[in-house]
Amino acid sequence: MPGLKHFTTEVLVIGAGGAGMYAAIEASRQGASDILLLERSLIGRGGATVMAQMTVAAALDEEDDWRHHLADTLAAGRGLCDPALATLLCEVGVDVIREMEGWKVGWARDGNRLRAVQAPGHDRARCVYVDFLSTGPAVSRTLRAQLQKHDRIRRTGDVVVTDLVTQDGHVTGAVGFDIAHGTPVVIEAKATILATGGLTRLYRRNSASAHMSGDGFALALRAGAKLLGMEFVQFFPIGHLAPRMVGMDPIMWDPFRYKLGGRLLNGEREEFIDRYGGTDEGKYTTTRDLATYAITQEVAAGRGSPHGGAWLSFRHVPAEELRAAFGPVIDKLAANGIDLTQNDIEVAPIAHYHMGGVQVDTAMRTNIPGLFAAGEVVGGANGANRLSGNAITEALAFGKVAGHEAAHAAPGPAFSMEAAKAALALVSATGPMRNTAALVAKLQAAMADHAGPFRDAAGLARAAAAIAEIRAETGDLPPGAPGMPFDLARLDWFDLRQMLLVADSIVTAASARTESRGAHQRTDYPETSEDWRLNLLLSGDENGLSLTRISVPEAA
Amino acid sequence: MPEATLVIRRGSPGETPRDEAFTVEFQPGASVLDVLRMLRVERDPTLTFRYACLNANACKECMMVVNGKVTYACTARVMEGTTTLEPLPNKELVRDLVTQIAPPDERF
Ligand SMILES: Cc1cc2nc3c(=O)[nH]c(=O)nc-3n(C[C@H](O)[C@H](O)[C@H](O)COP(=O)(O)OP(=O)(O)OC[C@H]3O[C@@H](n4cnc5c(N)ncnc54)[C@H](O)[C@@H]3O)c2cc1C
Ligand code: FES
Repeated sequence: MPGLKHFTTEVLVIGAGGAGMYAAIEASRQGASDILLLERSLIGRGGATVMAQMTVAAALDEEDDWRHHLADTLAAGRGLCDPALATLLCEVGVDVIREMEGWKVGWARDGNRLRAVQAPGHDRARCVYVDFLSTGPAVSRTLRAQLQKHDRIRRTGDVVVTDLVTQDGHVTGAVGFDIAHGTPVVIEAKATILATGGLTRLYRRNSASAHMSGDGFALALRAGAKLLGMEFVQFFPIGHLAPRMVGMDPIMWDPFRYKLGGRLLNGEREEFIDRYGGTDEGKYTTTRDLATYAITQEVAAGRGSPHGGAWLSFRHVPAEELRAAFGPVIDKLAANGIDLTQNDIEVAPIAHYHMGGVQVDTAMRTNIPGLFAAGEVVGGANGANRLSGNAITEALAFGKVAGHEAAHAAPGPAFSMEAAKAALALVSATGPMRNTAALVAKLQAAMADHAGPFRDAAGLARAAAAIAEIRAETGDLPPGAPGMPFDLARLDWFDLRQMLLVADSIVTAASARTESRGAHQRTDYPETSEDWRLNLLLSGDENGLSLTRISVPEAA
Repeated sequence: MPEATLVIRRGSPGETPRDEAFTVEFQPGASVLDVLRMLRVERDPTLTFRYACLNANACKECMMVVNGKVTYACTARVMEGTTTLEPLPNKELVRDLVTQIAPPDERF
């Protein structure tokens, strides 16, 4: 095949966020002879990790214990956490956060003690951070610096993986293309780690990056792996809505609430969380699922803020206190015309994180030999709802475990180009022009309108119909030809192919679960049912998904 | 209705660069990146620029030349009237507004 680029490696890591970078480092420390870290964006910049502005949860304090953190994680998960994975998150989490400290990430401290805040759902101050709003950039920078110390890790950006290669039930490598040149790529690998992050690009209003099209979920399904908990998409309740801001993450109000409290008010400037069983009173204690519910209900009842959300007010906080807590951020707000001593801002729920994902065991192994997963793409640790601060910990801890296991994985069958043929044909194909950017926008609208945090049978059926229609418009061939530099219309086509399958999985699972729990709220089935304390496991592809009910593993 | 016009330098290496103008309704507060993304959906999906984080100014991938100054597309605001967009001058051109900004040892 002309222009085909062929890589051979021992451990292939797909995605260079927190999970992928940690996995690569650990695989190298475990003696893997060659590790290839592939990223569709630039190394350490493309995903959610670099964007995380807030905090990282781990039981670091002498008086704390990972078992307390575990108890909070299980309670937040509304009965659906896999206790073994949650244990790993909380226990290994302590080690990785300490190791990051040793690598000079710069957690904020008071003397010898790390400074921690108490995030909603945690029983104590357990969430460490890097000032000011710099946790994610600091984590990314630190891991990048470590990566560079390992000669056996090759790092390559601008390569998107479009399919995994399977032979005799093993994953033996992957296929994709280099975005900067449009060249098809094939990689043979003894072990492959999916560290592709979440799926929030499926929704119109989302907090994450352009690369979060849920590729890993679709790659896993097509390779024969299974997904669980796909109905549990976490919406972050107080995403920035108005006035329009530049240069700030929409999640930024969360740390403001940790440090300063702030008051959440409806369109009539009344506190309202207490009407839904939470408490506000200027403190930040309500979990994400409840706050999302309360804001959406107020808006539905005609008591929303002008742009359809809630007001968040810090007007009672003195200017000096604002400045002490957020320093330069206050100037950035001023540049956006926002003075918190004078103006309230508007907030509304925004797609933020995915609790569901690839089913793995405690070694991050999928059911397909040769295929591992780590980070947000993994399902189960956080059940039906995730605690703040658990996602970065999860990414680093699971990355470490996956890197360790992949380095010691038993080799599968010898790689055969024959097995990669269909996937290579697709990345080498030529097809008719289409406005794939518009099709992505159409899918985002359908998912936001009908498969958001509040669903019912009729809406989910509309979402399914929209997915089918968009799939028909997307067609079987990518627009244009291979070999074009940075062909975004073509890249969007490959993204749509993954996004449509991931959307199918969400809608299928959400339609089946006829109850409300955590991040999945069915307006036609508002109660939580004990009979539904089980997980929905998905397998298949766009030609048909099948669902199995599996019980939640008991705590050991 | 107030309008904003984006004049965008386009082309691939080896081609003579061309300027294309797109006029849109002026939206107070919109960033250059907001308008570029909207243009891809509504006018021309082949328009090429690099970005990852949309809003946060965290990925630092969206650097380009806006009205003659090197800046981030996600923090520069589109004003009424004309805004010119060009690729970074001191980097190898990939296509339209995209240049090769990956560290040399992290390239394909
Ligand atoms: C704005 C924001 C703020 C957040 N704040 C916090 C916080 O304060 N605390 C907390 O604990 N969590 C937070 N989270 C969640 C947390 O950041 C993520 O869950 C976590 O970083 C995920 O890490 P990851 O390594 O699994 O994925 P990511 O960091 O998202 O990395 C995945 C990488 O894979 C790449 N990729 C995807 N598909 C492909 C493909 N097909 N081929 C090649 N590469 C691919 C992507 O480009 C990306 O770089 C936040 C999330 C967001 C969006
Ligand atoms: S899009 Fe990420 S910094 Fe501009």
